[in-house]
Amino acid sequence: MEEVLLEVRGVSLAFGGVRALTEVSFDVRSHEVRAIIGPNGAGKSSLLNVLNGVYHPQQGTIRFGAREFRDMDPHRAAALGIARTFQNIALFKGMTVLDNIMTGRNLKMRCNFLQQALWLGPARREELRHRRAAEEIIDFLEIQHIRRTPVGRLPYGLQKRVELGRALAAEPRLLLLDEPMAGMNLEEKRDMCRFVLDVNDQFGTAIVLIEHDMGVVMDISDRVVVLDYGRKIADDVPDQIKKSQAVIDAYLGVAH
Amino acid sequence: MGSYFTGFMQESSRSRGGGTLDTFPKLLMRHAQERGARPAIREKDLGIWQTWTWRQFADEVRALAAALSAEGFRRGEHLALIGDNRPRIYAGICAAQCLGGIPVPLYQDAVAGEMVFPIQSAEIAYALAEDQEQVDKLLEILPQCPSLRRIYYDDARGLRHYDQPQLMSCEKLLELGRGSATRNPGFVDEEIAKGRGSDTAAMFFTSGTTGVPKGVVLTHHALIDRSQVVAEMEKLGQDDVVLAFMPPAWIGQNIFSYAQPMVTGYCICCPESGETVVNDMREIAPTYYFAPPRVFEALLTQVSVRMEDAGALKRWLYKHFMGVAKRVGTRILEGRRINFLDRIKYGVGDLVVYGPLRNVLGMSKVRIAYTGGEAIGPDLFSFYRSLGINLKQLYGSTETSVFVCVQPDGQAKSDTVGPAVPGVELKFTPERELLIRSPGLFKEYYKNPDATREAKDAEGWFRTGDAGYVDHDGHLRIIDRAKDVGKLADGTLFAPKYLENKLKFFPYIKEAVVFGAGRDRVCAFVNIDMDAVSNWAEKRNLAYSGYTDLAQHDAVYALVGDCIAQANADLAREPELAGSQIHRFLILHKELDADDGELTRTRKVRRRFLAEKYGTLVDGLYSNQETVHVEAQVRYEDGRTGVYSADLKIRDAKSFTPAAAKSAA
Repeated sequence: MEEVLLEVRGVSLAFGGVRALTEVSFDVRSHEVRAIIGPNGAGKSSLLNVLNGVYHPQQGTIRFGAREFRDMDPHRAAALGIARTFQNIALFKGMTVLDNIMTGRNLKMRCNFLQQALWLGPARREELRHRRAAEEIIDFLEIQHIRRTPVGRLPYGLQKRVELGRALAAEPRLLLLDEPMAGMNLEEKRDMCRFVLDVNDQFGTAIVLIEHDMGVVMDISDRVVVLDYGRKIADDVPDQIKKSQAVIDAYLGVAH
Repeated sequence: MGSYFTGFMQESSRSRGGGTLDTFPKLLMRHAQERGARPAIREKDLGIWQTWTWRQFADEVRALAAALSAEGFRRGEHLALIGDNRPRIYAGICAAQCLGGIPVPLYQDAVAGEMVFPIQSAEIAYALAEDQEQVDKLLEILPQCPSLRRIYYDDARGLRHYDQPQLMSCEKLLELGRGSATRNPGFVDEEIAKGRGSDTAAMFFTSGTTGVPKGVVLTHHALIDRSQVVAEMEKLGQDDVVLAFMPPAWIGQNIFSYAQPMVTGYCICCPESGETVVNDMREIAPTYYFAPPRVFEALLTQVSVRMEDAGALKRWLYKHFMGVAKRVGTRILEGRRINFLDRIKYGVGDLVVYGPLRNVLGMSKVRIAYTGGEAIGPDLFSFYRSLGINLKQLYGSTETSVFVCVQPDGQAKSDTVGPAVPGVELKFTPERELLIRSPGLFKEYYKNPDATREAKDAEGWFRTGDAGYVDHDGHLRIIDRAKDVGKLADGTLFAPKYLENKLKFFPYIKEAVVFGAGRDRVCAFVNIDMDAVSNWAEKRNLAYSGYTDLAQHDAVYALVGDCIAQANADLAREPELAGSQIHRFLILHKELDADDGELTRTRKVRRRFLAEKYGTLVDGLYSNQETVHVEAQVRYEDGRTGVYSADLKIRDAKSFTPAAAKSAA
């Protein structure tokens, strides 16, 4: 069995009296595609936000690699190698695709402001190196034709792809995708699935994704966590999840 | 023919001085010596144009050839190549030729099933695939193609976990080749020296719209000869640049991005991807360009759409100066005299409109642009020419190594394909079918002697299947497929597609269907172009409720009648076709639709089906009636059907006697 990259233990999160997550535990192995599903308001996005430090849980621990934390904060998460995309695309709309992807390399830039402003040798070499990395991502995601296009002018499906590129630019070990296929047509979804699997295969990146399209989830994920009202109600391989009575009840409702 | 053949070969090899350069690998090695440091191929990779010099290209080819030989690839064997325009695909073609093998480029956008036939028929054992997509297709058909022993791939992405024993990366193959080349350094050059011009250089499978695809076998001599003749005619040289963006499996692309650069030493550029072609073309600014009419049409549409969105000043400038260009641009391009004022106007236009537009199109430096393969509309053709782009037409096919006819500079007409290129002989059967004899003719259809015999007779005349004639300037004019050409009752030539195209080139006419085979005169159905005609109607305050209503307006009939009269005047000027002027027409009550089986999916008119479906209308055309009643079943988008009935008007069109037209012109 592969090593465990991320382990969440007994995480509870409440906003005042509203309990978003209750005692949720699960793990992500390196190189696996892990899906989180659940009805609306089940706490999926909250869980993702806990993982990259946007929310601070009241209870529980998070272990990433060899280090254990009470909670994350976004800077530390990024530095550790956790990148994410957002449900509502978070890109700089007025900047080109290339520049947006370059921003994803921000943490990897070592030269200081002065060196960059004066375009000194080290800054130049660094820029070239990062540009190459960005170009490799552009090549990987097949978006060469929009390299110089401002993101705001792109159709939605392509913006999603650029956002994935921006996250990949950080060379993450763990990639969190919040509804990467929402609002896409069938063809765009298919492309996105291919890219997610390719990322996983080519770079060995572990992926946690939230997705509503059950077909996609069952197709591409190795294991699935099911949340309902902030509690984990199932955690298994897709084939078992499909048969689970608890999951079916959660989705279809059950007489009380 | 034999003496002619050898005579020409001696001449063409003499002209290059010393040694016989009668095969592509020999030509390549000469370029590596003579212009080793000049660019042979450029490819945009990771956003940067990477250059392969002729020396690097030759080294790569040598290594690939050595490797293929080490892998067991023997003289006369076939190598399948499947991929977009990539340096390695072209290197693979040449490597196979070095060993006396036969490259077989296949269309990269073909589905797996379409690759079965070529691979089976040539028992292909070796294939070079561009990437995972192509490898997947080959693996899919592996059970049907047991001969396929080796699949080499260029781009390893996504292939890491593939463990089929047939697979090998190009990197590994090259390593193997370099190893074997150090052990046996002279081997590849010895193999190259064994090649002869009469050897098979390549095999191209024709798309096969009619039945099974046929493998067209072409020799080095045929391809080199045709490339050479046209290169001399157009003065192509090492400073020319070509962007390779059509499939390499298409003979057209292959000639422009393999055969001709090998002959002249110019540089070809491979775009980053299919979507970046327009942008890459701007960056590269090719000097020599070839594309089918639809590419030119798509570019023009793009320009028009962007002009619609432009500000008022820009729109005015564009409209004004395109008017000037339309009036005098073509004449300036052809070096004819025009008055001083117009010349100044065109000069200003060049500064503010034509120059920038050529730049956007990536055609700032285009010296020669060709189009061919199908008829090009006169407006489309003159649009590019009036901008100062030297767009010309050519005629040819896979079987003729492309170049049969090419329009010389200053003699480009929209409705001919130019005079025969030196070395080509043309003649016509009584049925008007064009026969060709040329040094560029194919050797045979692979393993298909029946088809070969049918297409090429003992004296070496190739039946093109096209009907046409040579006009008074000596230019070839293709009018239709020979099988579609018929005769009127009195024996006059009747070329339906030619007539229909002539009508369709009017902006107001979207589709036309002509009848006349075996009849005493030609009559036509017309579909008006709703966009153009409704625009026209609005300007004249014509009220109408929809297509059917607009189509039956007297004013619209007059408009269409004028178009037809104009077409007739044109026809009257051509003695061969004067008899097939259109006498009567009607405008159909509905637009022809592929969903109703009236058009094919590629929007070709199904003439026979229409003649049956609208039999009463055809009868009406050939009677004296002024109107004809139509009752037709209409299928709505939601699947319901209804019955439509109306009276359609029939009108006579003005026709000309040949002599009258001459005096009018």
